[in-house]
Amino acid sequence: MKEFMLIFRHEDGSKVASPEQIQVWMKQTMDWIGGIAAQNKFSGGNGLPFDNSRVVWHNNEVTNGPFGEIKETIGGYIIVKAESVDEAVEFAKGCPVLQGDGNSVEVRRLVGKEDDD
Amino acid sequence: MQNNKQQELIPHLFRTEFRKIAAVLCKTFGMEHIEAAEDIAGETFLSALETWTYKGIPANPTAWLYTVARNKAKNYISRGRLYSGKVTAEIQHSIPASTEIEIDLSDENITDSQLQMLFAVCHPSISTESQIVLALRILCGFGVAEIATAFLSNKETINKRLFRAKEKLRLEKVQLEFPGEVGINSRLDTVLTTLYLLFSEGYYSESRDAVLREDLCLEAMRLTYLLIENETTNRPNVNALFALMCFHSSRFEARKAENGGLVLYQDQDEKLWNMELIAKGAYYLKQASRGRLSKYQLEATIAYWNTQKEDTTEKWENILHLYNVLLQLKYSPIAALNRTYALSKVRGKQTAITEAEKIKLTDNHFYFTLLGELYTGIDNQKAKEHFKKALLLARTITDKQTIQKKIDEILTD
Repeated sequence: MKEFMLIFRHEDGSKVASPEQIQVWMKQTMDWIGGIAAQNKFSGGNGLPFDNSRVVWHNNEVTNGPFGEIKETIGGYIIVKAESVDEAVEFAKGCPVLQGDGNSVEVRRLVGKEDDD
Repeated sequence: MQNNKQQELIPHLFRTEFRKIAAVLCKTFGMEHIEAAEDIAGETFLSALETWTYKGIPANPTAWLYTVARNKAKNYISRGRLYSGKVTAEIQHSIPASTEIEIDLSDENITDSQLQMLFAVCHPSISTESQIVLALRILCGFGVAEIATAFLSNKETINKRLFRAKEKLRLEKVQLEFPGEVGINSRLDTVLTTLYLLFSEGYYSESRDAVLREDLCLEAMRLTYLLIENETTNRPNVNALFALMCFHSSRFEARKAENGGLVLYQDQDEKLWNMELIAKGAYYLKQASRGRLSKYQLEATIAYWNTQKEDTTEKWENILHLYNVLLQLKYSPIAALNRTYALSKVRGKQTAITEAEKIKLTDNHFYFTLLGELYTGIDNQKAKEHFKKALLLARTITDKQTIQKKIDEILTD
């Protein structure tokens, strides 16, 4: 069993959704993660809110917000257990973030997390 | 008359007082003398049986027992002094002369000794299985035969397990004391796991002895309540566990079938649910809400929703959400199955079937029962096949009967 990080990429992080819409997404996300956890394949994860965020640049220059010139942002991630990258990709396909046009989920293997079995 | 009264009184006192005497004596002698403490507590009741038969029941039976236990304890110590040898050296080393020592059977010391005993019995070095057996014997005053019945085992096996557990306590030099502030959280977690399993052992026991099953649950509740009464251990997760036990035990009456078997949740008459226990559960669940989210809090909240028999969208959405969170915190097959059932109530059977087929718990008869339920009304032939697989995997008579009933009820072409 390996571990993969599924990173939620939002095409435009400056878009603001209504509280009702956020509520619906939250519920969908919980159901999606619950489904993975029900297969005992959930390892961890977190949302990455925009408040209290900074970007530290070369020469230690600090800016507010991760946006800068690029609009794309990372909204959160989960870590899943999977036999292969293909299995992890199948999990990623159910991610509610993908309902947004232009959004994506990046699937990356974690180093040093392989079991023998 | 007197004899009849005595026949009821002694077993009753044995259940309530044996554990107190044993805990206090063990606290006084030191953990390495646990067997002596048990023996003296046991002999005290033998004396009661003999004396009370001839002289009648004393005015204050409990005080009588304590006096006899005290004297026997002092004799044990002085015998140890008379016969030189290993035991004497040990006792002399660990406790003062018999004339000086006080066997303190005050309520306060009884409670403290029992709590410390609870922590000792649930020491991480002892297997959970043995912890439960030891707790039943030392902390709940259960007879070896009763424990064997509850576990569908035999006296020999239980005795062996008890012996090994006590040996381990000796080898690990486990002391009767409160864990320090630093270790208390992890030690408390182990204690709660054992109490949770002790309760489940009673609640889901295969034993047909309903009284015994309930006794196990009540004992688990009593011990959990000891922790609530103590300021240091009155933590949110302890309150949550107690709330969970209250909600479950509110259904004791409703789940009793005439043949000694169980009435399933959906077939229960909710008028038989104990409203007082449900209210109590709600109270302790509220007490639990001030801490960080624990597994017990989530399970207790689910159990709270299950005290609302009516199917509402709100109920099932909440239950689904709670299982989603619970599974992220700690996976268990039963939570995975229950989550999928809740999903079917919120999003319909078809969605739930897709998810159920992914969880692949193919050695679990509940898994095939769930698939059978989900396919019923959608594809009855498939439903029947799943129920049949469940029947092959089910081990208990109650489970087999429940599944067979479902197979018989299903309509196929």
